Amino acid sequence: MRFETAATINPIDQLKVVGKPADRIDGPLKTTGTARYAYEHHEGVSNPAYGYVIGSAIAKGRIAGMDLAAAKSAPGVRAIVTADNAGKLGKGDRNTAKLLGGPDIEHYHQAIALVVADTFEQARAAAELVRVDYVRTDGAFDLAAVKDIAKPRAVFGGPADTAVGDFADAFAAAPVQLDANYTTPDQAHAMMEPHASIAAWNGDKLTLWTSNQMIAWGVGEVAKTLDIPKENVRLISPFIGGGFGSKLFVRSDALLAALGARATGRPVKVALPRPFVFNNTTHRPATIQRIRIGAARDGKISAIGHEEWSGNLPGGRPEGAVAQTRLLYAGANRMTATRLAELNLPEGNAMRAPGEASGMMALEIAVDEMAERLGMDPIEFRIINDTQVDPEKPERPFSQRRLTECLRTGAERFGWNKRNPQPGRVRDGRWLVGIGVAAAFRNNLLTKSAARVRLDNNGVVTVETDMTDIGTGSYTIIAQTAAEMMGVPMEKVVVRLGDSTFPVSSGSGGQWGGNNSTAGVYAACVKLREAVAQKLGFNSAEAEFADGEVRSGNRRVPLAQAAGDSGLGAEDGIEYGDVDKKYQQSTFGAHFVEVGVDVATAEMRVRRMLAVCAAGRILNPKTARSQVIGAMTMGVGAALMEELVVDERAGFFVNHDLAGYEVPVHADIPHQDMIFLDETDPMSSPMKAKGVAELGICGVAAAVANAVYNATGVRVRDYPITLDKLLEEMPDVG
Amino acid sequence: MKSPSDFELSRRKLLAGSAASIALTAAPSIVNAQVPAVEAAVADVSAVWKVSFTVNGAARGLTLDPRTTLLDALREHLHLTGTKKGCDHGQCGACTVIVGGRRINSCMTLAVMHEGERITTVEGLGTPENMHPMQAAFVKHDGYQCGYCTPGQICSAVAVLDEIKAGIPSHVSADLNAPPQLSNAELRERMSGNICRCGAYSNIAEAISEVAGRPA
Amino acid sequence: MRSFTYERARTPAEAAASAMRKPDAKFIAGGTNLLDLMKLEIETPAHLIDVNGLALDKIEPTQEGGLRIGALVRNTDLAADARVRRDYGVLSRALLSGASGQLRNMATTAGNLLQRTRCPYFYDTNQSCNKRKPGSGCAAIGGFSRQHAVIGVSEACIATHPSDMAVAMRALDATVETVRPDGATRTIPIAEFYRLPGDTPHIETTLMPGELITAVTLPKPVGGKQIYRKVRDRASYAFALVSVAAIVQRDGTGRVALGGVAHKPWRVEAAEAQMPRGAKAVAAQLLADAKPTRENSFKLALAERTLGAVLAEAKG
Repeated sequence: MRFETAATINPIDQLKVVGKPADRIDGPLKTTGTARYAYEHHEGVSNPAYGYVIGSAIAKGRIAGMDLAAAKSAPGVRAIVTADNAGKLGKGDRNTAKLLGGPDIEHYHQAIALVVADTFEQARAAAELVRVDYVRTDGAFDLAAVKDIAKPRAVFGGPADTAVGDFADAFAAAPVQLDANYTTPDQAHAMMEPHASIAAWNGDKLTLWTSNQMIAWGVGEVAKTLDIPKENVRLISPFIGGGFGSKLFVRSDALLAALGARATGRPVKVALPRPFVFNNTTHRPATIQRIRIGAARDGKISAIGHEEWSGNLPGGRPEGAVAQTRLLYAGANRMTATRLAELNLPEGNAMRAPGEASGMMALEIAVDEMAERLGMDPIEFRIINDTQVDPEKPERPFSQRRLTECLRTGAERFGWNKRNPQPGRVRDGRWLVGIGVAAAFRNNLLTKSAARVRLDNNGVVTVETDMTDIGTGSYTIIAQTAAEMMGVPMEKVVVRLGDSTFPVSSGSGGQWGGNNSTAGVYAACVKLREAVAQKLGFNSAEAEFADGEVRSGNRRVPLAQAAGDSGLGAEDGIEYGDVDKKYQQSTFGAHFVEVGVDVATAEMRVRRMLAVCAAGRILNPKTARSQVIGAMTMGVGAALMEELVVDERAGFFVNHDLAGYEVPVHADIPHQDMIFLDETDPMSSPMKAKGVAELGICGVAAAVANAVYNATGVRVRDYPITLDKLLEEMPDVG
Repeated sequence: MKSPSDFELSRRKLLAGSAASIALTAAPSIVNAQVPAVEAAVADVSAVWKVSFTVNGAARGLTLDPRTTLLDALREHLHLTGTKKGCDHGQCGACTVIVGGRRINSCMTLAVMHEGERITTVEGLGTPENMHPMQAAFVKHDGYQCGYCTPGQICSAVAVLDEIKAGIPSHVSADLNAPPQLSNAELRERMSGNICRCGAYSNIAEAISEVAGRPA
Repeated sequence: MRSFTYERARTPAEAAASAMRKPDAKFIAGGTNLLDLMKLEIETPAHLIDVNGLALDKIEPTQEGGLRIGALVRNTDLAADARVRRDYGVLSRALLSGASGQLRNMATTAGNLLQRTRCPYFYDTNQSCNKRKPGSGCAAIGGFSRQHAVIGVSEACIATHPSDMAVAMRALDATVETVRPDGATRTIPIAEFYRLPGDTPHIETTLMPGELITAVTLPKPVGGKQIYRKVRDRASYAFALVSVAAIVQRDGTGRVALGGVAHKPWRVEAAEAQMPRGAKAVAAQLLADAKPTRENSFKLALAERTLGAVLAEAKG
C-alpha cells in the first residue's frame, strides 16, 4: 500500500481497540520470567559451548603476536577464534570499526578473540591465559584538542552547513545577544540486557538468536561479514532487553558466536560481559556546541546559529546536534554547522534521539539564558518565536505543530506561575528549590514496513512481521491494530515478532517503529479484509468487520467461518510517497522539572516532573506514557550523572561498568506526570500516529539544568551537572 | 497474549516436565574430570562439588564447577532463565532472587555456598496463568518496558514489603527507632538496587504501592 | 575466574589454619566484593574457604557494656539491630547508606571492613595499578581521579576505601577481634587496622596472612547526636564522594570521621577539639595536609560544607 496523501477516515478511526490503554499482551511473560531473551533459547539448542570475548588492551596500534598455547590447553577449551584463523571477513556497512579486530586495533576493547569452551567458567578462565603483544601507536582521544581541525560533515541527510538570510549581520545588529558554548559528554546506552547471541549452524545455514532492534539490517550485515547469502542467515529476536540504539546493528557477540560455532561444530553462546560493553560497543558521542541567538527587545529572534563539533573513528558520523535548530524556532537569519574530528575512541553511534537529544541539551539552556537576558518568561519567549512552517522553507508547513499548547498546558498543570523568576530565592528546609522548562522536539520519520496476517478457522488473527519489541510495546499496539482492523477482540490476535523469516518491517529505532510497523499491519489487514470479502462475495468497500463477524447489507458471517479450514492470509506493507517532503513531520512537547539543590553539598534531586506531548494519535496511552516517562528518566541521567569519562592518555572510557557509569536509580526519580494532547496527524500514515519514545528525552536535561539555575543562580553549561560544578558558587553556609 | 505465549508455553511445559532429569544430567563436562565428585560434606576439599538446594519448592541437585555462581546455576544448569544477568557484578539487581526469605544478588554468590537453602526465583512466584499479586500489579501499572530487569524488580519488591513489615529501617527512615513507613520515598530507596534503564520507576512504585495497600 | 578448590570451614581456628596451609587461600563469606574481583582476575585465590558456617553471626553485649558483633553478621542485621539503632545510630545510618538492600543482605561485617577500593584503574587489569600489581605504577594519578583520595595519599596510590560502615566504626572506636593460624587471638583497634598506601598500597590492613576476623567490638555507648551524612551524585546505590560520621554531644564536643577522602576512614582526634568552633576550624585541621588532584580538589570544600551541615543538624 502506498501512502501518498492525507489519510481519510478508515477502520482505525473507530478506536474500539486502538487508542485504549491496554495492558501489554507480553506482560504475563515478562513478569513471570517466561519471556525468552537472546541467551535463553535452550530449546532447540543442544549441547552448546560457551564463548568468552577478549578485547584489546590498547586503543590504537596493532597486535604483534598472540600466544594462545596456554589457553588452548586449558580445561574444556574447544577453539579460539582470532582474525588470524577466522578466514576472510567483510565489514558490515553499518559498523564503523570491525567487530573482530587484529592485527590492526581501532579502539580499546575491540574484540580480538573468542575463547570457546564447554562451560562459561572454563571459557572465561582460559580467556585470561591468552597473551597478546601490542605495538601501541599514538591516537587522538581529546575532542577539545582536535576541535579546531575538525572538518565539515553532513549527517542524517542534512548538509554540513546551512544558511538562510545573513546570520552574521543580523546577529551583530541584534540588540540582545547570546553567544555561549555548551558541552555534552559521551554517554552509554546501558540497556539492562548486555549484547548476547546464540549461534548454530545447520550445514551452511546460520541461525542466530540475538538481541537486535533491526532484524533485516542484521541479516544483511551478518551475511556481508561472513560472505554468505542472506538466505542462509536467520535472526531470531523475540524479546530484547533494551536497546536505545545499542542494538541497531549486529555487534561482536553475534559475529563471534557464529565464528565460534563454525569452528567447533556446536552451538555457541556469547554474551558481552558488562565491563566490556562500554568500550567494545557504541556510545553517544560527546559534543562541543556553540549557540548564538540574537533578538529584538520584544523577544523576536532575528538570528539563530548553532555549531557542533564531535569526534568519531575514521568513517564514523557526527552526533548531529544542530538538526532541531533548523526547525524549532522562527528567525529570518539562520545558520548551522556540523564539524567532525577523528578520534580513536570506541565507535560513536546512535543512542536514543541521536542528534536532537544532545542538541536540545544545549539549545534549551541557551533559550532559557536568552529569555533571561530579554527579561522575558522562558515560556513566552518560546511561544513568541513559534513557527507553523519550516523556517528555512516557509512554503513547507508542519503537518501538526502544537508546541505552544504543550507549553501552556504544562505551565498550568505544573504551577509555573508560582515560579520565582529570580534564581536562588526559594528555600524548603535544606533545599534550594527551582523549576525549569524546556521544549521537546524530535522529527517523525517515515519508513516502509510490511507484515503478514492470517485468519484461521477459530477466528484467530495471526500477525507476523520482523518488527521488534524493545520495551516499546510493539506486541501490544500491533495486536490492537489487527484487532481494530479485523473486528476481533485482542484476545483473538496472535503476534509474532523478531524473526527474519517474517516480512521486513521498519524495525525499532528513531522513534519510527510504532507508527510505521502498525501502518504495515494496517496495510496487510486491508488486504486480508479484501480477501475475506472476496471469498464471501461481499463488496469489500462496504463490508464491516466487527464483533468477530463480517457484515454486508443484511448478511453476516463469522470470521472463523469465512476463513474456512484452509484459512485466509495476506501480506502487504506500507510505503510512503513524498508526504514527508511536502510537510515537515515532527513531534513536540514541553518538559517541566522541579529540583532541590542541597544548600550545603549542592546535591541535586529531582522533586517533580511533567511532560506534555503532542505526537499524533497515541495508539496505546499506557505504553506510550511509559515510553515518555522512561525517556524522562534517561534525561535526568543525562542531566545529572551520565558521563563516559575519557582517559585521554590511554584512550578509553574509564568508568566502564554500572557502578562507574551511573544511571538513575529508583531514588532519583519522583512520581512522573505526563499528558498527551489529543491529536491525529493524517500526514503520518493511515494510523495518524507518530513517535514518542525519543521525543520524551529531548529537552529533559535542559529542563533540569534550567531548574538548577532557577534554584541556585549557578549556570552550568557542561553536562553532567554534578555538584562539584556548583559548589564554588553556592552560598556560604558558615 | 496468544503468541509467543502459546508456543512459549508448550516449550516451557516441556522444560518443566523434564526439569529434574535436566538438573541431574545436564551438568557440563567438568574441569579436571578425573577428580571424582565428592558428596557435599563439611570441610571437604574438591574441584567438583555436588550441591543440593530447593528451588521454587522443588529439590534440585547439581554437580558443579565451584566457580559457578548461583545465577549461572539457575540459568545455565536449571534453565530457570527468569533470573537475569545484567552486569554479573552486583551493580544492577537484575539477578535478584530470594534465598531463605531474603533477597540477594545471585550473581555475587557461588551456588555451592547455598547447600540446603530455599531459593525462590520469579518463576516460583507465579505463572502467566496464575500470577503473583506483584506480577499482576506490574502488568496493570506497566511497571516495565523491555522486561529484562523485571524479574529482579519483582523479587525485590516482594522482599521489600517483607522487610518493611519486619521493621528493617532504610537510609530514608526518619526515625531509626520507629517502625518504617510504607511511603513512596521508602519504596524508592529500598528498590534502588534494581536498575531499570527503561525508566519504569514511577510505574513500579505504583505497582508496589498497590500491592502494599496504599496509594502511591 | 581462576579455578580454585573449595572447602567449608567448621571453626574459626580451623579456617585460619587452613588458610595458612593452602597457598593463595581466601576466606569467602558474603562474596559481594571477592567474587566481583575474582571474575576479573583481580583476586585469584587458589583455594576458597567458605566461612559462612562458622557460628559468628551473633550480636552480643560485652561485659564493658558495649556490643560484640560477629564477623558474619550481615549488614542488614547489624543496621536493624535494636541496640545498634538506639545506641550506635551512626553505625546503623552508615550501613543503610551503603550498597543496596540485596547486597546488605549478603555482605558481612568483616567483609565490609575488608572490601577493596573501587578505583576504576584497579578494576581494569589492562591499566597500571600498584595496588593490584605492585610496581606497575598508578594510572589514577594524572587520570580520572574525581572519586579519589585527597589526603594520606602517596606517589604510589590515591585510592579511597569505599566502606561507609568502617567510617562509623572509626568514629565509634571499634576494635577488631581476630584469630591467627596458630590459634592465637588478638584485638586490633580500628585506628590501627587500616594502613595508608605509602609504597605498599597492596597491603591494606594490619592483618597477618591467614588471620581471620571473628568479631568487631563496640565500646559502651557514648550517646550524643549520631549522624552519618553521605554525599554522592546518585541518590542511592553509589559510593560516597565524601561522607561524614559524627557523634556530637550537647556541649558541641564530639567525634568526626570522614569517608571518601582517604585510603582509610579519616579521623584526626586532635581536630575534634575544634568542634565547638565549627566546621571550618575542624576541617582546617582534619584536612591540613591534603594533596588533592585537579579533579578532586572540590572534596575539600565539600567535606567542610558537609561537616558544617552535620554540625548544624546536630545542634538541631
